[in-house]
Amino acid sequence: MSTDINQKRPRIADQVSASLRRRHARERRFRLLGLVATLLGLTFVAILFANIFIKGIPAFWQASITLDIYFDPAIVSIPPEPVREAKESDSDFRQRRVSWENEVGMVNFNRLIQNALTAKIAEAADYPRDAARIVTSGERLALRDLVIKNPGIVGETRQMHLLTDANIDVWLKGNIDRNLPDEQQQLSARVRDWADQLYADGIIKMRFSTGLFTNPDSRSSLASAGLRGAFMGSLYMMLVVIALSIPLGVAAAVYLEEFAPRNRMTDIIEVNINNLAAVPSIIFGLLGAAVFINYFKLPLSASVVGGLVLTLMTMPTVIIATRAALKTIPPSIRQAALGIGASPTQAVFHHVLPLAVPGILTGSIIGIAQALGETAPLLLIGMNAFVASVPASPFDQSNALPVQIYLWQGNELRNFFEGRTAAAIVVLLALMLFLNGLAIWLRKRFETRW
Amino acid sequence: MVTTMKSDVEMELTLVPDVSGLLHEQSERSKRIKMSASDVKVFYGETQALHGVSMEIMENEVISFIGPSGCGKSTFLRCLNRMNDTIEGARVEGRIILDDQNIYDTALDVVQLRAQVGMVFQKPNPFPKSIFENIAYGARLHGLAEKKADLADIVESSLRRAGLWSEVKGRLDQPGTGLSGGQQQRLCIARAIAVNPEVILMDEPCSALDPIATSVIEELIDELKRNFTIIIVTHNMQQAARVSDRTAFFHLGDLIELEKTADIFTNPKNKRTEDYITGRFG
Ligand SMILES: Nc1ncnc2c1ncn2[C@@H]1O[C@H](COP(=O)(O)OP(=O)(O)OP(=O)(O)O)[C@@H](O)[C@H]1O
Ligand SMILES: [Mg+2]
Repeated sequence: MSTDINQKRPRIADQVSASLRRRHARERRFRLLGLVATLLGLTFVAILFANIFIKGIPAFWQASITLDIYFDPAIVSIPPEPVREAKESDSDFRQRRVSWENEVGMVNFNRLIQNALTAKIAEAADYPRDAARIVTSGERLALRDLVIKNPGIVGETRQMHLLTDANIDVWLKGNIDRNLPDEQQQLSARVRDWADQLYADGIIKMRFSTGLFTNPDSRSSLASAGLRGAFMGSLYMMLVVIALSIPLGVAAAVYLEEFAPRNRMTDIIEVNINNLAAVPSIIFGLLGAAVFINYFKLPLSASVVGGLVLTLMTMPTVIIATRAALKTIPPSIRQAALGIGASPTQAVFHHVLPLAVPGILTGSIIGIAQALGETAPLLLIGMNAFVASVPASPFDQSNALPVQIYLWQGNELRNFFEGRTAAAIVVLLALMLFLNGLAIWLRKRFETRW
Repeated sequence: MVTTMKSDVEMELTLVPDVSGLLHEQSERSKRIKMSASDVKVFYGETQALHGVSMEIMENEVISFIGPSGCGKSTFLRCLNRMNDTIEGARVEGRIILDDQNIYDTALDVVQLRAQVGMVFQKPNPFPKSIFENIAYGARLHGLAEKKADLADIVESSLRRAGLWSEVKGRLDQPGTGLSGGQQQRLCIARAIAVNPEVILMDEPCSALDPIATSVIEELIDELKRNFTIIIVTHNMQQAARVSDRTAFFHLGDLIELEKTADIFTNPKNKRTEDYITGRFG
């Protein structure tokens, strides 16, 4: 019987080779499809990065003018720096010091800049209005700080690199159409000529803009607008997020995964945690405004509130990542520990959790990187306010990097802030890449094989 | 503590053979009950896996559990150190006494029970840590070693008794998971005896091992029974015959027969036992 059937059937080799070509073709098609999809993805990423970097990288260099500033005693006429007296109390001395500093602040430092400028362009003396447009207004503060730090400088001459006005930067970089009629130009024809001349003479040069990293945002002196305030705000927020979401998230996940009984209640909790991870971020902003600001009376625009809101957002991610990591630990490890008399808690903390650390870290850091780039909820708790100072604590008003990008993007001086925005994006992306790199490194570091 | 035990072993080994045989018989007679189970029933959710099992386990005996797959050997074994507690939905009824104490008594701490009744699993499951840490963990957990040197002693003597010392003494700091399957299983046995339990439960400890590794472990069991009571689940009839003093035959959640190993294999009382042993089913 069976031999009969086998005789009727074609040889297996023939049968296989008939279908083999089709199988191979299908495989090739699938591989091609995958390749195309990958290339497409890579192309988009490449375009995005190229676009950002082409705009952003030049913004890291900014037009600045080199001037020999003479700290003319006739203009910088300040009383001597207060010296601490023998019986003077701390607060008295500090008070005297502050009033001295205020007096230094009253000095007309712009005059010093004008005078130095006249040395380069003789004409400048006759057109003070135009001359004032060359150096950005914030730089007088740099001069003030120099005097406060070292009053002995009065009477001396110092060579300084000062940022030019944002419009001069735009003009020299060719970010504005040079053929536009006069009335559409931001700068007068005279200032434009001066700028071209100074640039040709090498007095104005493109220098690396440290101010981008050391200054807070500014509206009065656009050229000195920097990321420091937003960076510190984001840093504080991330510290709050890390300090809260990881311990809470990991604890919740360990409890749910290892200790909680499986019943209707824990099922409901599980479903809701998954739902929470899917809630649009702006809703967390609304919640934060209602709870932390209206109810708990935490300050508006403070990074601590931003951190709390982002914690709410990140925690579900941490919980889900931790549970997934715990699930991958083979039950035989738990049995081994329990079998020699470890309590359930010991089994978890001595064996299961340490093995899950790489997975937990990877998931958590990706959650945190996501929080770092989050903008919408921050708008609802007032972190889009203009803040011209660097926050000293998480309770001070501050911006955050993504919000700063959003604010700069909307600035009227588009030609200048387009580059600034791209530069801020570069910084944000660099931070993200750093965090993701950290996640990979930590995972490699703690990985155990068994 | 461990070192004195080692010298005991050495002393016994120096005895003249016929005298040791005499001593052996005497100790046989004076054996006392180590554990006793009465009417143990186990349920997994709605399904009942054990229908009232009663047995007595003597001190320093090796007792093996045989029976067809799914008859409840592992289930009963896990009752003896309450590992069933860790299984979702498992419920145990009946009484199990260790020495004079009901191990299901709420007053008894399961941690203490598991220190007294150790377990070796079917699949070797060393911790993904160093060989030293694998052994030291239990001792440290129960505070058996006060000084570092004590801990090293415990690790060495446990590995020696598990017959693994000569193979791993040069690489105690390497991961236990890097050993061969048979070595891993002996490592797990060493880990179990490091806390100096009174009873050791072994669930098919040789099922993943080759004949040589199996015979090493069988010799080991023979050696260990001087100090421990050993309960071993096995599918290998020859193994049961070789290592155990008594053998229990389980079938469909019932204990069918429990006799001296020699008797059960040559002269089974129950028809089902006979059928199973002669290979008519199972
Ligand atoms: N965790 C569990 N959940 C539900 N049922 C279980 C569980 N463990 C065992 N059982 C059931 O209990 C019965 C006895 O299982 P047990 O593992 O004790 O058998 P066994 O004799 O050890 O078998 P084997 O020789 O195959 O290991 C089987 O019917 C099994 O399906
Ligand atoms: Mg079993």
